[in-house]
Amino acid sequence: MQKGTSIRDYDWWLLATAFAICGVGVLEIWSATHASHLAGMHTHQMEWIGLGFVLMLLLSRLDYHTIMDQAPLLYLIAIVALIAVLAMGHTRFGAKRWLPILGGLLQVSELVKLIIIVVLARFFSEVRTEELSLLDLIKAAALMGLPLALIMLQPDLGTALVLVPLAAVGAYLAGLQWKHSLAIVALAAIMVPVGYHFLKPYQRERVTTFLRPEDDPKGAGYQILQSKIAVGSGGFWGKGLGNGSQNQLGFVPVRYSDFILAALAEELGFAGVFVALLLYMFLLLRLVQNAQRAHDRAGMFLIMGVAAVLGFHVLVNVAMVIGFMPVTGIPLPLMSYGGSATLFVFLALGLVMNVRLRRFVN
Amino acid sequence: MSISLMNDKRLPTERLAVVSYVIVGVIALLLFGFWKLQIIDSDRYSQMAERNRVRSIPIIAPRGSMLDREGRVLVDNYPSFSVLLLRDAPEQVEKLLPQIADGLGMTLADVKQEIEASRAMPKFQPIVIKPEASPSDIAFIESHRVDIPVLEMLMVHRRRYPHGDMLANAVGYVGEVSAEQVEASDSSLKPGDIVGKTGLERQYNGTLMGTDGLRRVIVNSIGKEVGRLEQKDAIPGKPIQLTIDYDLQNVADTYMADKEGAVVAMDPRTGEVLAMVSRPTFDPNDFAIRIPNAEWQELNTDPRTPLLNRAIQGQLAPGSVFKIVMSAAMLESKIVPANFTAICPGHAEFYGRTFHCWRPAGHGVVDLHKAIVDSCDVFFYTLGQRLGIDEIHKYGTGLGLGRATGIDLPGEQAGLMPSEEWVQRVYHHKWYAGETISVAIGQGAVTVTPLQLARMIGAVASGGDLPQPHLLKNLAAKMDRFPLAEETVEQVTQGMYGVINEGGTGSSLKLQNIEFSGKSGTAQLMSYGAGSKMGQKGKETNGWFVGYAPRRNPEIVVAAVIQGSSEHGGTTAGPVVRDIVKAYYDKKSGIKVQEYTAKEGRPKVLATSVDDPSLTVDQPNR
Repeated sequence: MQKGTSIRDYDWWLLATAFAICGVGVLEIWSATHASHLAGMHTHQMEWIGLGFVLMLLLSRLDYHTIMDQAPLLYLIAIVALIAVLAMGHTRFGAKRWLPILGGLLQVSELVKLIIIVVLARFFSEVRTEELSLLDLIKAAALMGLPLALIMLQPDLGTALVLVPLAAVGAYLAGLQWKHSLAIVALAAIMVPVGYHFLKPYQRERVTTFLRPEDDPKGAGYQILQSKIAVGSGGFWGKGLGNGSQNQLGFVPVRYSDFILAALAEELGFAGVFVALLLYMFLLLRLVQNAQRAHDRAGMFLIMGVAAVLGFHVLVNVAMVIGFMPVTGIPLPLMSYGGSATLFVFLALGLVMNVRLRRFVN
Repeated sequence: MSISLMNDKRLPTERLAVVSYVIVGVIALLLFGFWKLQIIDSDRYSQMAERNRVRSIPIIAPRGSMLDREGRVLVDNYPSFSVLLLRDAPEQVEKLLPQIADGLGMTLADVKQEIEASRAMPKFQPIVIKPEASPSDIAFIESHRVDIPVLEMLMVHRRRYPHGDMLANAVGYVGEVSAEQVEASDSSLKPGDIVGKTGLERQYNGTLMGTDGLRRVIVNSIGKEVGRLEQKDAIPGKPIQLTIDYDLQNVADTYMADKEGAVVAMDPRTGEVLAMVSRPTFDPNDFAIRIPNAEWQELNTDPRTPLLNRAIQGQLAPGSVFKIVMSAAMLESKIVPANFTAICPGHAEFYGRTFHCWRPAGHGVVDLHKAIVDSCDVFFYTLGQRLGIDEIHKYGTGLGLGRATGIDLPGEQAGLMPSEEWVQRVYHHKWYAGETISVAIGQGAVTVTPLQLARMIGAVASGGDLPQPHLLKNLAAKMDRFPLAEETVEQVTQGMYGVINEGGTGSSLKLQNIEFSGKSGTAQLMSYGAGSKMGQKGKETNGWFVGYAPRRNPEIVVAAVIQGSSEHGGTTAGPVVRDIVKAYYDKKSGIKVQEYTAKEGRPKVLATSVDDPSLTVDQPNR
């Protein structure tokens, strides 16, 4: 099987786009932190990117069918890891999300996302019918539901919610029926108020702040407001790299991570944002294109799983930055500073490459 | 299993295409969001960003100091801190208010009141919520920079009156500008500005007040100053030099410390005011911060009116000092001959009423000189009757009574120089001829301020020079003239010389080698029309002494009035006049006044003065 693959078969356009985004990210991380006690963060990020690239290459060599064969085992590992993190995980910023692995702290939920992509791709590719039956739908929901519940217990609402579009896109492509999709929407409409009831106080606060930001100028509403001020004051051309007052003076919250796009929007303006969002659009469309050209249904599901997760990340993060959505703590893929998140994206791209390399294999 | 997976080649092409469209749509929607913020609303957010990072902190311009005529400091400033509240984020401020009030030791209501008082000001302008920050306030602000970023300290220059209440009524005091003043100022004043409220502080506010500067600094998200944008330096107010002589002021002040009344010393050649005291008084330092309401109420409603500058606002009966006006009128009008005499048996009858002389035994035959020296009432009753009120009015007004002197202080009172026209206009009846008799000895309707009397005596002794009294050294004073004949000046000044030097009513006040002259007066506190109640007010008299030196072309004239004393003007008011004149000459001949007062102390007031010791109020004037 290895014979058919060569270096030319990698999706270099996709990789170029990914690296362009990484480059913009590193630049903005540098700009946001170089004058503060966080200086040097961008070099760490470059290390993560380098490591991610190597892991991507390694993962792409391993046939995705082999990986998908191990789906049940992977699922088990994911669940055990999530329970482990709840039981003995490392608490940071008020949430248990990290497990000490390889001398560092690994955010387990990132790994879980990757596993669930594989698990759901396997599940949906095994559906033989043209339309998705209700039973299959419920099975898929259950497969997604267990890790989702465990992640929510950490609590990490943002990451937990990422699993929903992953399942939704998979279900849609697997032949979701209109009546079922309507039923799901209706069910969601009922579940939202009930779910709100179970939110942690700070999570509720985020939601209420999102709805009425002026009520809480120093809390989450303050963050959104400062983010919007940063974005809005950037204007068309921006204030120039390193010149954004909102960014440099620390008004933009976690400006090197979750709100990195606000920092970028302030310093590079609408022009910079336009380029960044076009890069993301190209990246996502390129993923869909790869899915369309996948050798088989399983590969398609795998790639679309990756696309769903990355697309949701982009949507939620960008919408948060401009005040369209509440603060969720979901980073912007490849751009936000963060080891686990960066590694996750490269590993996900490794799965995509994996499928692509085998598209002509019979 | 991998075999079966690999065999399934069905791909949902259509649905994948739909996903592509969704991606494009979502990206477009997000770009629209950025477009709205960055292009459409950009200006608004730019302003907010600017307000976030830029903090405007005023630099308070120090007020100009006040110096005496020799450059000694009478009023200056000292550095202090005010607590500023930054109101860029009103909701945040609202939340922090209880903490702020607690930390600054204020009540929540007080803090809210301060904010309410400045609500008309733009939000980006910080307001003063505590004018005088204590060391613990400063510590509180510094230690809560992060969690209470809305507090800031402001360096201010606080007014200091190093000599306390000395000269307080003339200098006035400063305070926060009132809302009305701000409105009337054509935006040159803003709420919170410190302006002169009374006295010289108010008169020369435009000179004394500087122009505040502004410091625009960059702050980070926790309110820490990280850079400076621009600085518009404050333009300090200009100092003013006064005509006041600290030494003479000190002599006057020391004497008046426990008394009620006023002293004003003036150079009758130029109108320069050398000393000005009004008692009781206040300490303007109390106003320099922000006077507590209760204290203000107390000062304002005190029946002893400490805020009143009696030297220019006290309208009092001049008593016998007025006889100088009468004497000048007599000699100038020539209605009676210059050798006119009257016989004083101790009383006389006019218009069916008996008027007493202050000396029940009478003065016998009295000419003008003796009348001035002994202050014979009957002589002047008779003279008054001969002259009539309008003639008296003419010379009184000519010598500056009944009209403002034009001194460079706000709120000067004009006093009253009655006339037939005046009584007709105000009371709508004819002048009672009997009133003229009272006016002739400085009682009745006539009222004057101490400053007017000083100026009047100066004018008579100088032959009619009436300069505009002033406290600002380099003021070009207007000169008014009411020319008096040489004969008039000579005769009247001889009389005033005799008052002190020829056993007259001020003979205890003699000064060696100085032609110290003057006139005493002891006036009943009576208002016009209260003649029938005469004598019922017991001890309430005003003791006057207006002295000057030398006899002709004087260099210094001092008017003093001691209120509410039963004693004769020469006894109560005379000594301070004498001391000031003596101090003036001592300084001239190079003797340090401090040494003089320190060595000899204040000259003893001799109770057994001049006049009949059996003084009572039934005997009107000396």
